[in-house]
Amino acid sequence: MIVNGIERPEASDPRRLLSDYLRHDLGLTGTHVGCEHGVCGCCTILFDGRPVRSCLLLAVQARGHELATVEGLAQPEAPMHPVQQAFKECHGLQCGFCTPGFLMATVAFLREFPDPSDAEIADAIAGNLCRCTGYANIRRSVRRAAELSRQA
Amino acid sequence: MKPPVFEYHAPASVGEAISLLGSLAEAKVLAGGQSLVPLLNFRLARPAHLVDINRLAELTKIYERDGGVAVGAVVRQAEAEVDPLLRERCPLLPLALRLVAHPVIRNRGTVCGSLAHADPASELCAALLVLDGRVTARSQRGERVIAAADFFRGTMDSVLEPDELLTEAWFPATAGPVAIAEEARRHGDFALAGAARAGDRLALFGVATRPLLADPADPTRGLEPSSEPECSPDFRLHLVKVLVERVMQA
Amino acid sequence: MTTRLFGERVQRLEDERLLRGQGRYTDDLGNGALECAFVRSPFAHARIHSINATAARALPGVVAVYTAADVPFGDLDLPLLIPHPQLTHPRTQKCLASSIVRYAGEAVAFVVAESRYLAEDAADLVEVEYEPLPAVVTPERSAKAENLVHADVPANSAADVTQAVGDVDSALARASHRLRRRLRLERSAAQPLEARAVWARWDAVEGRLTVYDSTQSPTSIRGGLAVLFGLPETSVEVIAPDVGGGFGPKIMLFNPDELLVPYAAMKLGRPVKWTEDRREHFTAVTHERAQVHEVDFGFDDGGKLLALDVDFIHDAGAYTPYGLILPIITAAQLPGPYRVPNYRVRFRDLYTNCTPTSPYRGAGRPHGCFVIERVMDAIAAELGLDRAEVRRRNLLQPGDFPYSVGTMWQDGGMAVYDSGDYPELLRLALERLGPKPEGDNIGLGLAMYVEGTGVGPYEGAHVQVLVSGKVVASTGIPTQGQGHATVFAQVVADELGVSVEDVTVTSGDTRRFPWGVGTFASRGAVMSGNAMANAARAVAEKAKRVAAEHLEADAADLELAGGEVRVKGSPGRSLPLAVVSILSNPLRYAFGGGDEIATQFQPRPRPGPPLAEGEEPGLEATGYYSPSPGSTWAGGCHAAYLRVDPKTYRLEFLKYVVAHDCGRVINPMILEGQIQGGVAQGIAGSFYERLLYDEEGQLRNASFMEFLMPYATEIPDVEMVHLETPSPLNPLGIKGAGEAGTIPVAAMLASAIEDALGVRIDEMPLNPNRLFELTR
Repeated sequence: MIVNGIERPEASDPRRLLSDYLRHDLGLTGTHVGCEHGVCGCCTILFDGRPVRSCLLLAVQARGHELATVEGLAQPEAPMHPVQQAFKECHGLQCGFCTPGFLMATVAFLREFPDPSDAEIADAIAGNLCRCTGYANIRRSVRRAAELSRQA
Repeated sequence: MKPPVFEYHAPASVGEAISLLGSLAEAKVLAGGQSLVPLLNFRLARPAHLVDINRLAELTKIYERDGGVAVGAVVRQAEAEVDPLLRERCPLLPLALRLVAHPVIRNRGTVCGSLAHADPASELCAALLVLDGRVTARSQRGERVIAAADFFRGTMDSVLEPDELLTEAWFPATAGPVAIAEEARRHGDFALAGAARAGDRLALFGVATRPLLADPADPTRGLEPSSEPECSPDFRLHLVKVLVERVMQA
Repeated sequence: MTTRLFGERVQRLEDERLLRGQGRYTDDLGNGALECAFVRSPFAHARIHSINATAARALPGVVAVYTAADVPFGDLDLPLLIPHPQLTHPRTQKCLASSIVRYAGEAVAFVVAESRYLAEDAADLVEVEYEPLPAVVTPERSAKAENLVHADVPANSAADVTQAVGDVDSALARASHRLRRRLRLERSAAQPLEARAVWARWDAVEGRLTVYDSTQSPTSIRGGLAVLFGLPETSVEVIAPDVGGGFGPKIMLFNPDELLVPYAAMKLGRPVKWTEDRREHFTAVTHERAQVHEVDFGFDDGGKLLALDVDFIHDAGAYTPYGLILPIITAAQLPGPYRVPNYRVRFRDLYTNCTPTSPYRGAGRPHGCFVIERVMDAIAAELGLDRAEVRRRNLLQPGDFPYSVGTMWQDGGMAVYDSGDYPELLRLALERLGPKPEGDNIGLGLAMYVEGTGVGPYEGAHVQVLVSGKVVASTGIPTQGQGHATVFAQVVADELGVSVEDVTVTSGDTRRFPWGVGTFASRGAVMSGNAMANAARAVAEKAKRVAAEHLEADAADLELAGGEVRVKGSPGRSLPLAVVSILSNPLRYAFGGGDEIATQFQPRPRPGPPLAEGEEPGLEATGYYSPSPGSTWAGGCHAAYLRVDPKTYRLEFLKYVVAHDCGRVINPMILEGQIQGGVAQGIAGSFYERLLYDEEGQLRNASFMEFLMPYATEIPDVEMVHLETPSPLNPLGIKGAGEAGTIPVAAMLASAIEDALGVRIDEMPLNPNRLFELTR
């Protein structure tokens, strides 16, 4: 399996959740775990380019697939990804716990909808829970991310 | 909330999958996992074996046959939602898919997995029923085709046998008006009540232990919805009328 | 001082790290630690006959299984955090129950294993023999006392408290109009997206215990652990790293895990970590909100409220670790922004066999607000008056401050409002709201509120200018997303004349700042903000003293700006702060250019010792802020138009306005984020979320599938208007804002739905089914 462009060993314990494998075996702790039943969206990653819940996948299922986590959006020394930048500009995060999930959902969404309507934005992030922001600034962030991505 | 111990199998062919299902006791099929894995994490399901069918390329197709469209067992809901063939021949299905949970869930969840799970509030089960579709089940004992009307038995219960693999679902092409509407507490939640229409056929979901066909002129006849803390039988019946009116106007 | 950063929309300094996935939440740390799981009671009330952990202990990978009998503090009652003389029957739980359990979810045994997976396997194998007892579930049932939660607490009553202002009975008798209402709020829960977590390691060589805890008060946890384990406080370090939301229940209650994880780490000599999962969070972590109020009120023909008599019962759950704070807050500020000349309030704090309660964002305030705002709407309806007009006639006026409500406040003093302009808040909200849109089933909702914020006793801060010229600042309170790293940096940067990016704030780490109270009750900005200002001001003064000598100027003629200490009006005469920092230490060894200017051989020698009398080395200072009893009182008005779908009974917000006054605003962007988030939590708790206990005391909806936390599709954008009436109680003039968004939402929604549907609303939360029933 490839994670953020790097070949990684496959998991051995069949019941290990992909979220735990990423966090604790690969040390990619940017992917968070908020409910472990697929509702909150904190653990959203890209699986072959598409956002999925990593808490609802077994790590063994990732064999041969390509995964991307929040850590892969921008190299440590490089400027942030436009979606990350937009969330900062628009105060789209408070505690930051749900944020990686929103970022990954947004990155995939904007690839498909580079110039989204407000309704499309709401629908796209409606599978992710945030308890701090009340969503207004997240919606703004996604809108701004679309702008920044189009400029980039 | 970690899954209990199980043995994991990733068969490379349908034949291998059904042979595993035929020989293993307490085996569950793992398709999209969007319903099964939460049950594992809550330890509400404790299968001894998981048979993961996600690597079965033969089950990933959407194709035309017998005047309708067949959807393989590993076709993701998100793929079906935008599939041109389905949009053209079975437009109700993409409409129903848009109401299933959230886009991220649909990226992994499968059409056939939802049917096999047989949740009474499932949009896809209602769509299969109202379209008079069928599912194909294979086991070492052979293959059988089950009509939607015969498939759903009760809450999360179908006539599928433990050794059977639901390999594909078939939806007949429709020409007349189709519509689906539901009322859920939050966007993407399971419906408190729902109605799906194909021509003059009407199916209700979320109001009984399985999807039901209903008479558009008197949709609540014979319905006895259960009482839940935030949904009384009266409110359910009220919603059914509201939703049926909506889909019949489409 | 300059004010160029205070009040600015400074983008958050903490964001980039969090956005890059480099946050450090407790479960992100301690890889390789032993992991744990609890065995929790499945019964709401039961006697324990036996606990058998033999099979669990035998499972490969299990390192230890602890029951009450296995730990030295097994018989100890967990702390009563806030005792109160009128809390006559306080009860707290044991770390692990051994004889009786009083709520489903109460901890019974604790498993330590090589992984959480194995720990859960082992927890499944612990055999506990229970004898179920009758469960007391709602506050109403508790009041009937047919069954007792604690055998030795008569009437299930932890406290029965009455307060009175004026003469309610005669005022009620004289009033030309009199109404009664029964107003009920249900249980709810904060549900931060990061559940709780604790990771501990024990350094046997140094005798040092280090605990990472997703707590709202690491300083208190440190103090408690030192006492519990007989360690010097100086050998216990507690760090709240990034915390994924708090909202109240992560306060320093001493949850069982906060004892057991450090204990296991010391006992086993290996790092131990426990990360709560969502299912256990639902029942193991405190709830709030359930209260039933009997309200009797009298008013005159003009709509003036003359007398208000409130008798309410509070659902405390099974224990009272947080004392009486919740009902005290309701009682104290129930009159809200209105003058209530005759007010009597009685409350009973009642035990039930449910999860205990502690403050959750709003903390008793939404209840009080709900009561008084329902009263205002009832007066308007009874007299056929405009609802805003009735409020106007009852509001306190700007000249009325300080205003004593006549009730006791949570800090032990009296509730005294310090400042505000409530009529202006009402006007601003209605002005921004504008005319009612055309259409059916549209309601105007209106609710005003006050919020006692910034309670003491104190917070402190340490500020230091490093030899690089960069500034580090620390305070004891941790952050759960409130933007402390930014707003405190703004305060410090202003005092020191540096850019905000040059200030790095550490919060909630006892290694950096061991004193303090915690992040709760909308107190962070008021308490630590002022402490930061005090500390930074002391540093600035010291910088001037040090620089004065070298600039041959009087300290009074110096100012800090642009990262320098300079002589006012003489642009050339200045020293970079970095150099001043080096100079402040008589032993000046530094790399880089600073030492060339700062060497002790450069300036002319000063008479006396290198370290002047009374002076300390280093450009640093500690500052504290401790107010006299009394809070800063924020206030505001929520107003909205919403449409109730007449067929589905869904809500559609057409416009939502908040006019808000929290004194001087440090960072409007962060403030608005707090308010928007608070409103969302208010809407959530009023129309989506509830905790559904059945008669056996089982929480029926302990998952995010059934506890309906709203998504982006359910929450509207809130428009905000700020009014700034500075608090006279603190140097910065600020008041707290953390709970303002949440407090009046239930009251406002009740008002709007009542207006839209023409049915009376006496309860919260609501849902479409309930609205359908009410309109039948």
